Amino acid sequence: MTKYIVRRLFQAVIALFVLSMLLFAWLRSLPGGPVSALLGERSTPEDRAALEAALGLDQPLHIQYWRFLTRALRGEFGTSTFVSPGTDAFEVFLTRLPATIELSFVALLLAVAFAIPIGYLAARNRGTALDTGAVVTSLVGVAVPVFFLAFVLRDVFAVQLGWLPPSGRESVGINATRVTGLFVLDGLLTREWDAAWDAFKHLILPAIALASIPFAVIFRITRASVLEVLDEDYVRTAQSKGLRSNVIRIRHVLRNALIPVVTTIGLQIGALLAGAVLTERVFSFRGIGHALSYGFTNRDYAVLQVLIMMAALIYIVVNLLVDIAYAVIDPRVRAK
Amino acid sequence: MNRNPLSPTAKKERIDALARSGDSGRVDSDEGVSLWRSAWRRLRRNVVFLIGAAIIVAFILLATFAPWLAPHDPSARLLIDEVSRQSNPVPEARPGFPLGADDRGRDLLSRLIVGSRQTLMVGVMATLGGLVGGVTLGTLAGAFGGWVDAVVMRVVDVLLSIPSLLMAFSIAAMFARPSQWTLIVAIAIVQVPIFARLLRGTMLAQRHSDHVLAATALGVKKGPIIFRHMLPNAMGPVIVQATLVLATAIIDAAALSFLGLGNPDDRVPEWGQMLGAAQGFFNTFPHLAYYPALCIIVVALGFTLVGESLREALDPKSRR
Amino acid sequence: MRNRKVALTAAATILALSLSACAESQRGTDDDNGAETPAAGGDGSDATFIFGAAGEPKLFDPFYASDGETFRVTRQIYEQLLDFEPGTADTIPGLAEEYEGSEDGLTWTFKIREGVKFHDGTDLDAAAVCANFDRWYNQTGDAQNSAVTYYWNNNFGGFADQADRDSLFESCTVADDMTAEVKITRYTSKFPDILAHGAYAIHSPSAMEEHDANNVTAQGEGFAYPAYATEHPTGTGAFRFASYDQATGTVTLDRNEDYWGEKAGVKQMVVRSIPDESTRRQELEAGSIHGYDLPNPVDWATLEEGGNIVEIRPAFNILYVGLNATTNEALKDVNVRKALSHAINRDQLVQSQLPDGAEAASHFFPDTLPGYNEDLQPHAYDPDLAKQLLAEAGQENLEIEFWQPTEVTRPYMPDPASIFDAIRTDWEAVGITVTPKPMPWNGGYIEGTEQGQAAAYLLGWTGDYSSPDNFIGTFFTEQSNAFDTGNYEFAQELTDALVQADSEPDPDARAELYKEINKKIADDYLPGLPISHSPPAIVVSEKVQGLVTSPLAAEDFSTVTINE
Repeated sequence: MTKYIVRRLFQAVIALFVLSMLLFAWLRSLPGGPVSALLGERSTPEDRAALEAALGLDQPLHIQYWRFLTRALRGEFGTSTFVSPGTDAFEVFLTRLPATIELSFVALLLAVAFAIPIGYLAARNRGTALDTGAVVTSLVGVAVPVFFLAFVLRDVFAVQLGWLPPSGRESVGINATRVTGLFVLDGLLTREWDAAWDAFKHLILPAIALASIPFAVIFRITRASVLEVLDEDYVRTAQSKGLRSNVIRIRHVLRNALIPVVTTIGLQIGALLAGAVLTERVFSFRGIGHALSYGFTNRDYAVLQVLIMMAALIYIVVNLLVDIAYAVIDPRVRAK
Repeated sequence: MNRNPLSPTAKKERIDALARSGDSGRVDSDEGVSLWRSAWRRLRRNVVFLIGAAIIVAFILLATFAPWLAPHDPSARLLIDEVSRQSNPVPEARPGFPLGADDRGRDLLSRLIVGSRQTLMVGVMATLGGLVGGVTLGTLAGAFGGWVDAVVMRVVDVLLSIPSLLMAFSIAAMFARPSQWTLIVAIAIVQVPIFARLLRGTMLAQRHSDHVLAATALGVKKGPIIFRHMLPNAMGPVIVQATLVLATAIIDAAALSFLGLGNPDDRVPEWGQMLGAAQGFFNTFPHLAYYPALCIIVVALGFTLVGESLREALDPKSRR
Repeated sequence: MRNRKVALTAAATILALSLSACAESQRGTDDDNGAETPAAGGDGSDATFIFGAAGEPKLFDPFYASDGETFRVTRQIYEQLLDFEPGTADTIPGLAEEYEGSEDGLTWTFKIREGVKFHDGTDLDAAAVCANFDRWYNQTGDAQNSAVTYYWNNNFGGFADQADRDSLFESCTVADDMTAEVKITRYTSKFPDILAHGAYAIHSPSAMEEHDANNVTAQGEGFAYPAYATEHPTGTGAFRFASYDQATGTVTLDRNEDYWGEKAGVKQMVVRSIPDESTRRQELEAGSIHGYDLPNPVDWATLEEGGNIVEIRPAFNILYVGLNATTNEALKDVNVRKALSHAINRDQLVQSQLPDGAEAASHFFPDTLPGYNEDLQPHAYDPDLAKQLLAEAGQENLEIEFWQPTEVTRPYMPDPASIFDAIRTDWEAVGITVTPKPMPWNGGYIEGTEQGQAAAYLLGWTGDYSSPDNFIGTFFTEQSNAFDTGNYEFAQELTDALVQADSEPDPDARAELYKEINKKIADDYLPGLPISHSPPAIVVSEKVQGLVTSPLAAEDFSTVTINE
């Protein structure tokens, strides 16, 4: 077992290392660079050359990479040039992460809260208008570009109706106390109820827009899974035994059908991050996606390097944990 | 098959399920023919499929005959003299210009009609690109197995785990000169791993099936077996996947345009690009955004409806 | 199973408890502070003015800044020796009550205003002023990079330890407590006017020392700035820095109750970063901000209908088509350049793609500056003349690569795509084959145009201070510039004329010299094609009163009051 974990850890380190190299090479192969973003239209060739020399961008790629690596091992990830100029890139990551966690969590919660019951009902009433309607709605959800949905939601609920704030994470003047950086949670922890409520209101629209992505997937899996379970022998047996249908529904059908659903939910993180780039931009919601999209336009190398590496790290670690957990359960995996 | 129920992504599972359905959709067996036939029989009565098909047919007709259908040249700035950034940024509808013009005096209806062409092209070319790349890789992996399979699938799995939009964004950004083709290439590359896994799955499923074993026993060479016997059987799942991919390609193209990576040359209109360019007008002239958005939604929905109905029709599990 | 659940619940409870233990609300403190000084100003309201900015300030030390978002904030915190007269680009006394130059224009005496206190309580005097000059001149290491000290590098041309560079600044000496004497090495038209620019704000020497203000280092791919620049900016302005919240992108400034002049009209000013233009508008309509910069001209009319006030600043900028004859040999012929100019329908472009108040350009600078030649008209739209000129030059089949900037808007260029399309269409109409080359602004466009890779491209400039030298001097004095004037025969002639004009102490004579240069640029040289001057706007809700806009976008928000 230890041997297996060591091997997987080793693989993970290699994967991160390779990724960091690819990422480094990719960023520097992009046209333009932080020099343009720092100097704007007012620079002269001499200015540019001096700046490149100061930032070490005139060095060959492998030397730049070596410097990056040695600095990173010391815990210095370079300073941001655009997203939060002068701030250490890792600090940028730490300030932005809670926003994205908060948003993704609420989005996922919304998606689950609607997708599972609707998926279940659709499957129970297979072939009826209800089923068709639910399926088509979920497909329409897939067909609407997320950023357009975000624009429409903002226009209707924030501008036309004025029910919710159009952008940002917190109203000016709330002066909430920061604890975790998750604003709603912070409000609850410090008992600043108005701050929590304010932060929550800012979350609703972006979360709905973002939820449209996992909603369709979870709905589909739930529906398919329930259909499959309904056909299993034990359900038929239970029915023939005369068990009350509610009991069957809860104890046998839903419970068993939820296993693949739960797996799927856990794996929506990647899609959520992609969606966050779009929704956070529309709603000026200052999370990872917001930083990625503006950092990219302005070639903020340090921030992009850290954000993408950290996202990869989280992804790899989660996978590693899952695989190890699975290896504990199933000895065959270890043997392979 | 040692399937780890926790680690493969949903994306992979969906692809694998589809790949398994390919084996039963075999064309060179009598049963297979009737299978397609029975699928068609059920599709014919499926309203969802029919709606989707109608949308696709209308879309293709529109794209084909666009130059004759469009009342004006979509790049001619016909009403430019009326345009004033401040007092009249977007000319209103009038006879001859049923939807009005855009901010440069170009007829909006003509741009929408002609835009269908580019949109169709982006969708089809990106899908074709992904298909060719994926089929080549998948066939290699599935047909040869061994280390080829191991290497290809390792890469494919890594690529599948990256969110597709982010990957398309990364690829599109690398081109020094954004254009329609950088979009197409970026979206095509993202589709490669999907098709590769799909093809490999159908190949694996068939490698030990009777008709392939029989052909091998008869001394038929590997190449002909792959091309005459194995590939055709993979067509069902591939077609299903391609229809679905077409929809996402069109939507992703719009998202990339929104993020500023679309085709900046708007002489030849494309819906995603029109939608991206309408951002600045969303507050005052939302119709500039709503029309192309609606077109994208309807067409993407059409392809998705057809793709999903096909999938269900070909899925052996749903044929009870 | 059950046990694990219990354990989980217990763990969660412990976590929640430990979190809430350290999660004391710290909110009360702010209000207490406010209560201690009840309306100390007496003449100010308790309102908060919230402004939507397009980006975040980079830092709060304007000496290390070159971007508008930073100056917008630092202008409220600091003051300079000189200032701009509200509503114009003219220079007036600021922290220096009076100032005058010697006959030769090389020694300038600044009489410092009495009774001014920095936000840290120290007094402003001549020693403090000279400490600032010395600080600027004695920057070392990475701080000398023009990405850090853009304005000093470009206006004063060098630092104490750079013997090879021709520094404009010589010394600052304390003549008496309240009089500072600044010596410069040569006469230039821009001195002392440049001292009104936000970059030359006067800081508190003691605060700078306490927070290590000069400690700038390159770190990785960016620069790291000292605590002074990020957390402790200390000036003399009507607002003092309170806080900057990165999580929400908001800067909070409090009214300086000890301000020497008229105190700010609001108790607090908040600048919130909202990068997307349409979002800024929606925030304004939702009432969560009181105003924002650079509204889309498309929205101006409807914003006003909605009861907001759109203040249009005078156009203090220039949009031009840059040309590069090294990349495209055909452009070396001035007739070809003239043909390109006459082919452009500037009036249509201005009328259809730019906001009201925009004007077709004949000069490379706006008409509010001295040296503007009234006799010059924008090149007339004349496609036939253009065709004829091309034919005479033997360039009927001229092919030109035209660069298009993407992912950007600029005050002088609200919608690059439509301006590009207009010029491209006009050029094609006279038989030129235009190859468009779109490029992301920070993704190669700036770099490529500056390195002379683009035969034709769109670029512009917004003025920093009231001097023609700020425009054409910056563009053409150095011969290796983005216009590549070094490649033309007139290069030296133009450089000499510009240097001569800039060092002419008599304002009228100087204006005449500039008029002559402008005429030559338009008629004989034509290194690029001036296109338009476009007025940038600022919008505030109807509750906001007292806002005075500045053509330099250097607004002082202390005059703003909010009418609830």
